Amino acid sequence: MSTPVPQNKVVQWIEYRLPVFSWAIAHGVDYPAPRNLNYWWTFGSMAMIMLVAQIVTGVLLSMHYTAHVDHAFDSVEHIMRDVEWGWLLRYAHANGASMFFVVVYVHIFRALYYGSYKAPREILWWFGIMLLLLMMATAFLGYVLPWGQMSFWGATVITNLFSAIPWIGGDLVVWLWGGFSVDNPTLNRFFSLHYLLPFVMCGMVFLHLWALHHRKSNNPLGIDIKSPKDTMPFSPYCTTKDLFTGTVMLFVLFVFVFYLPNTLGEAVNYEKANPLQTPAHIVPEWYFLPFYAILRSVPDKLGGVIAMAAAILILFVLPWLDTSKVRSARFRPIYKQLFWVFLADCVVLGWIGAMPAEGVYIVIGRICTIYYFAHFILIMPLLGRFEKTLPLPESIHQSILDKSLKSKTGNIS
Amino acid sequence: MADLPPQNEQSSAAEEEGTRRDFLILAAGAMGALGAVGVVWPLVQTMNPSADVLALASTEVDLSGISEGQAISVMWRGKPVFIRHRTPGEIDEARAVPLDDLSDPETDEVRAKDGKWLILVGVCTHLGCIPLGNKFGDPKGDYGGWFCPCHGSHYDTSGRIRKGPAPTNLEIPEYEFLDETLVKIG
Ligand code: HEM
Ligand code: FES
Repeated sequence: MSTPVPQNKVVQWIEYRLPVFSWAIAHGVDYPAPRNLNYWWTFGSMAMIMLVAQIVTGVLLSMHYTAHVDHAFDSVEHIMRDVEWGWLLRYAHANGASMFFVVVYVHIFRALYYGSYKAPREILWWFGIMLLLLMMATAFLGYVLPWGQMSFWGATVITNLFSAIPWIGGDLVVWLWGGFSVDNPTLNRFFSLHYLLPFVMCGMVFLHLWALHHRKSNNPLGIDIKSPKDTMPFSPYCTTKDLFTGTVMLFVLFVFVFYLPNTLGEAVNYEKANPLQTPAHIVPEWYFLPFYAILRSVPDKLGGVIAMAAAILILFVLPWLDTSKVRSARFRPIYKQLFWVFLADCVVLGWIGAMPAEGVYIVIGRICTIYYFAHFILIMPLLGRFEKTLPLPESIHQSILDKSLKSKTGNIS
Repeated sequence: MADLPPQNEQSSAAEEEGTRRDFLILAAGAMGALGAVGVVWPLVQTMNPSADVLALASTEVDLSGISEGQAISVMWRGKPVFIRHRTPGEIDEARAVPLDDLSDPETDEVRAKDGKWLILVGVCTHLGCIPLGNKFGDPKGDYGGWFCPCHGSHYDTSGRIRKGPAPTNLEIPEYEFLDETLVKIG
C-alpha cells in the first residue's frame, strides 16, 4: 500500500544515501490517520504554521532591533515607521503570538475532551506540556524586548516570583537579572533566550510528532485503530484539511494585523520603561491571565507562586489522575458536562486576572482556583470510578457504517 | 574456539575482571562528572552581575533640601531608594506600634536609628513594584506610609508591612551619614 519513491535519477541518488524521500512519504503521505478525525484535529498543524511564522517574522525583526535599554524602545519605533513593511512585520509577530496561544489552547482542550492524554499517549502529552511551558517562556521574554512600561514591570513582577523560593530566592533573582534590578544585562539575555527557545521548540515538536506517529492519532471516538479500514492516508486527506483551516486561521490573524493591531496589547507599553514609576494597573497579556488570577488568589507570596506553577504542572500527572477506562467524552455523560464547566472556570479565571485584586473579584478568583484544582484532584479520579459510561462502538469503520445506515433509513421513513 | 579456558575458570576470571572494570567505570565516571561540573560552573557564573555593575553599587545623597514631611526617591543599583524626613507625629506613630501587631516584627528604633530620617529600598517586597506615597497627593495606604498598587500592600510610617501579600518590611539599605546632611547609600 505504500507510495513509491519517484524514479527520478536525482531523487534515487539522494534516497540511496539518505532515505529522506521514503521518510517524508511514510510520515507525510502514507501515515494512517483515523478516518473519523474532525476539525479539532487540525489545530496541531495550525500551531506548527504559527511556530514557523513566528520564527520567520522574528528573524527579520531581529535585523532591525537593538537590545539595549537606551535604544530598544526607539528601535521598535524605527521598525514601525522607517523600515519598509516594518509595521507589518511587527504587528504580524505580536498578534501572531496571540494566534499561536489561541490554537494551542484549543489543541489542549481538544486533548482534554477526547482523552488524548491517556495511555499510550502520555509521553506525547508530556512533550505537549513542555511545548506550552516553552511557549509561555518565549512569549514572556519577547514581551520584554520593546522596553515599554509594561515590558519593564511585567519583567520585574515575573522575575520576582523566583524570590519567593526559600533560601536561594534572593540570589537566584540577582543571577537572573545579572544585576540588582531589571536592567541592560537582563534585556540582553532575554533577547538571547527569546531567539533560542523557538528552536528548542522545533526540536520538541519533532519529539511530539515522533511519539504521535509511533502510537498514532487518537480520534473522536477515543477507540484504537483496529484495521486499515479504520484509517485513510494522511495525504491528500489530512493535508488538504489542514491547509484549509490553516488558511482560515491566517485570515483571522490578518484581520487583527490590519484592522485591530493593538486591540490585544496594552497602550501603556507605548510609554518607555521607567524604573522609578510603576503603572497604576499591571496586567499580563491575555494568555497568561488565568494563571495570574491563580497567583493572586492565594494570599501568600510563596503559596501563590506554588499554586500558579502547580496549575500547569498538574497536567503532567493528569493521565494517572483520570481513572476512566474510556477516552472520549462522547461516551462519558458526566465528564462531558464537567469538561464545559472546567472550560468556563478557566475563562472566568482569565476575566478575574484582568480585574483589580479587590472585593468580590478576590472571592470569585478563590472559588475558581479551588475548582480548578478540584477538577484534577477530586473530580477526575472519582469520576473514572463512578461514572457509568456508554457502550463503545466496535470499530471506527463500523461506527461510520452504522451512522450512514441510520441516516439512510431515516430518509426512507 | 579451542583456546577458550574451561567454563568455571572463565567465570571466576570474569568476576575479577568485573570488579576491576566496575572500578574503572566508577573512577572514569567520577572524573567525567567532576569535569562536567568544572565546565558548567564558570558558564553559570557568567550570568552573575559583572564587575562594572558591582562597581556602581554606592551613591551619595545631599539631604539638606528635604523639608519635614517630604520624601524623595534616588536611584541606587537601578532601583529607587526612598528618603523620608518624618514628622514627629509619624515617628511617634511608628514607635507606638506593639510588635505583636506586625507580621514581620521589627522596632522602628532599629529601622530608623536617627529617628527623623527613614531610608528604605523603595521596592515592594511582594513582586517588586514601586509603592506610592512619596509624592504629594499619592495614596499612603491605611497606615500612613506607602501603598503598593500592584496587589495592594500597605506599609506604615516605618516602612513595615501591615496589610496585603508582601511577606516582609521594606528593606533598609546599607547607609552611613558622612556628615549632618550627606548620606552614602551602599
Ligand atoms: C508548539 C506547539 C505545538 C505544536 C506545533 C503541536 C503540534 C501537533 C500536531 C501537528 C499534532 C497532530 C495533529 C493533531 O492531532 O492536532 C499534535 C498532536 C497532539 N498534541 Fe500537540 N502541538 C503543540 C502543542 C501541544 C500542547 C501544548 C499540548 C498539550 C499540553 C499538545 C498535546 C497534543 C496531543 C495530546 C496530541 C495527540 C493528539 C491526538 O492524536 O489526539 N500539543 N500536536
Ligand atoms: S508588588 Fe507590591 S503588592 Fe505585589
